[in-house]
Amino acid sequence: MKVLVPVKRVIDYNVKVRVKADGSGVELANVKMSMNPFDEIAVEEAIRLKEKGKATEIIAVSIGPQQAQETIRTALAMGADRGILVKVDGTVEPLAVAKILKGVVDEENPDLVILGKQAIDDDCNQTGQMLAALLGWPQGTFASKVEPGDGSVDVTREVDGGLQTVSLKMPAVVTTDLRLNEPRYASLPNIMKAKKKPIAEKTAADYGVDPAPRLTVLKTVEPGGRKAGVKVGSAGELVEKLKNEAAVI
Amino acid sequence: MTALAQADAESGTSRSPYFEPEHEMLREQIRRFVEDEVKPHGLAWEEQGFTPREILLRMGELGFLGIRYPAEYGGSELDTLATVVLAEELGRSTFSGFAITALVHTDMASVHIAHAGSQAQKDAHMADIVAGRKICAVAVTEPGAGSDVKGIRTRARRDGDAYVLDGSKIYITNGVLADLYCVAAKTGGEGERPSRSVSMFLVEKGTPGLRVGRALDKHGWRSSDTAELFFENCRVPAANLLGEEGHGFYAIMRNFQNERTVIGAMAMGEAQAAIDLTLDWLTSRQAFGEPLWAKGAIRQRMAMLQSKVEAGRQLVYHAAWLDARGADATREVSMVKAYCGDLVNEVMAACLQFHGGLGFMRESTIERMARDARVQSIGGGATEVMLEEVAKRMGR
Ligand SMILES: Cc1cc2nc3c(=O)[nH]c(=O)nc-3n(C[C@H](O)[C@H](O)[C@H](O)COP(=O)(O)OP(=O)(O)OC[C@H]3O[C@@H](n4cnc5c(N)ncnc54)[C@H](O)[C@@H]3O)c2cc1C
Repeated sequence: MKVLVPVKRVIDYNVKVRVKADGSGVELANVKMSMNPFDEIAVEEAIRLKEKGKATEIIAVSIGPQQAQETIRTALAMGADRGILVKVDGTVEPLAVAKILKGVVDEENPDLVILGKQAIDDDCNQTGQMLAALLGWPQGTFASKVEPGDGSVDVTREVDGGLQTVSLKMPAVVTTDLRLNEPRYASLPNIMKAKKKPIAEKTAADYGVDPAPRLTVLKTVEPGGRKAGVKVGSAGELVEKLKNEAAVI
Repeated sequence: MTALAQADAESGTSRSPYFEPEHEMLREQIRRFVEDEVKPHGLAWEEQGFTPREILLRMGELGFLGIRYPAEYGGSELDTLATVVLAEELGRSTFSGFAITALVHTDMASVHIAHAGSQAQKDAHMADIVAGRKICAVAVTEPGAGSDVKGIRTRARRDGDAYVLDGSKIYITNGVLADLYCVAAKTGGEGERPSRSVSMFLVEKGTPGLRVGRALDKHGWRSSDTAELFFENCRVPAANLLGEEGHGFYAIMRNFQNERTVIGAMAMGEAQAAIDLTLDWLTSRQAFGEPLWAKGAIRQRMAMLQSKVEAGRQLVYHAAWLDARGADATREVSMVKAYCGDLVNEVMAACLQFHGGLGFMRESTIERMARDARVQSIGGGATEVMLEEVAKRMGR
């Protein structure tokens, strides 16, 4: 079984994101970048499938600038077998990513695509679903458990009020939730080994996709500071405030 | 901005000419390891007075203990700059007692075996050293001689196919818990030049005649075990001589270069961590109707300290880079040890001051860090001794 894992290069989760002075976006200059944490979970899941003897090859693919190669290297150091970098500069919207990924899937014929449920930069939560739709494949999103069987995969999903298990006929698309696993470290010997693993370089045009954004960002602003809270004296006062001040009930 | 600078800025990667992507990846992994597996436990280690073996084994598993060592022993054959990454990131943990436990093992003690050990000695120990299964200590300092290494009095007398060691050592990091001790002793007869009369020996834990005296009660580095050692008629096989007889002083001096670079890097990691956590405090602590960070006197002082730490860090990188190229960096390394050892204390003093009363409380991180930093201008070559090395290399 071949597994494709798309990995996105995003601002590191520890960085305090700042809006650019001109409001055109967030400051990326000299900011630490890392692999999207949900994608790390996806890579980890693929490696575990390989360790259990279920997956045979793991391909990490990233769509982004040249430096996204470092994100692929991290996946390779964790245990992926080879990488594909689809070089695109500037913003790539989820639909363009999904179209490019469809091209990669058509070429590589994986049995399973495991993606993060969303990327922590724009929190879109769209790519996996769009990819499944473009491919006409079943999808199991927000996975907290992935159990491949014979020609199918059982995906336990975190939904409001409990867990739902769906059985998908493979090939299929799975997106990872936070509790699926805890990603491993890339050990130093594996970092060194990853240097020798191949990364193929492609462009969006290789897959016949025009990645130009279809949306225009009008402005980007810092979230307003949180106002100080108040202490209420009684349940009655709380209800009163929720009704009349907050107008939520 | 030139196109090159623009690309660097946009890439968000290190703009340092010294580091390769694998250095950056290593840094990232160590930083995560420190956050997740060191910081939550550090206080317990401080309490118990040592760093547990499990964490060292875990570091071995991740390849952090074999950065420069040969692949045949599980090492990664990287360079001095990768070692600097390790030291800097462990220093950032805010638990320098933990950091020094690991760094003495990797970069101050085991180097004696890696550099001077025979094939048999290396085959017997290096894989375990890289895996963290055997922990190393280096024992040079004695009650009567520290800075003046040639002044040691511990003797090793040849007796058949053994050496017999007599003497004592003090302030030995990992001294209580180590498995392997690299011990300096005098071998030369009367009239031998002092620099030719020191030899290094490998003494395994449990060797009859090696006695670990008390675990020393320290001002800082409390999660590091430090011991006094006694050698009383301690017989070790002649095969345990590390390198050639009479070459110990040179081995110690050579390994000091690495030790001092590592201590400098560790100090700059500590200083940066202190600045970062003090900044968090200053931006939230209110006084006179505004955050402390709004006070000019505080901002200016912190900005200057940050500038100095940046300068110190770059000097460390430069010294490590020279060393990695195989150049003699004695001058730069001596500067590193003198400058960074003093600077980290200057940083801690200011950061503690700006914490106010909290900085004087045992519960604050900065209080521990200030105590930990104190030894950085003493151990591994006191500032004054280092400055003599710099002075000797000035103006000629
Ligand atoms: C916590 C800790 C851990 C240590 N771990 C180890 C270890 O693992 N292995 C080991 O072998 N040693 C270890 N040491 C010993 C350390 O390296 C020595 O303490 C250090 O080299 C200084 O030696 P000393 O203490 O004998 O001081 P001395 O040599 O007596 O010097 C005292 C002071 O005099 C000044 N001084 C000395 N020489 C000169 C000079 N030429 N010119 C001007 N001023 C001078 C300096 O200010 C110095 O601090 C450790 C020490 C400490 C505190």
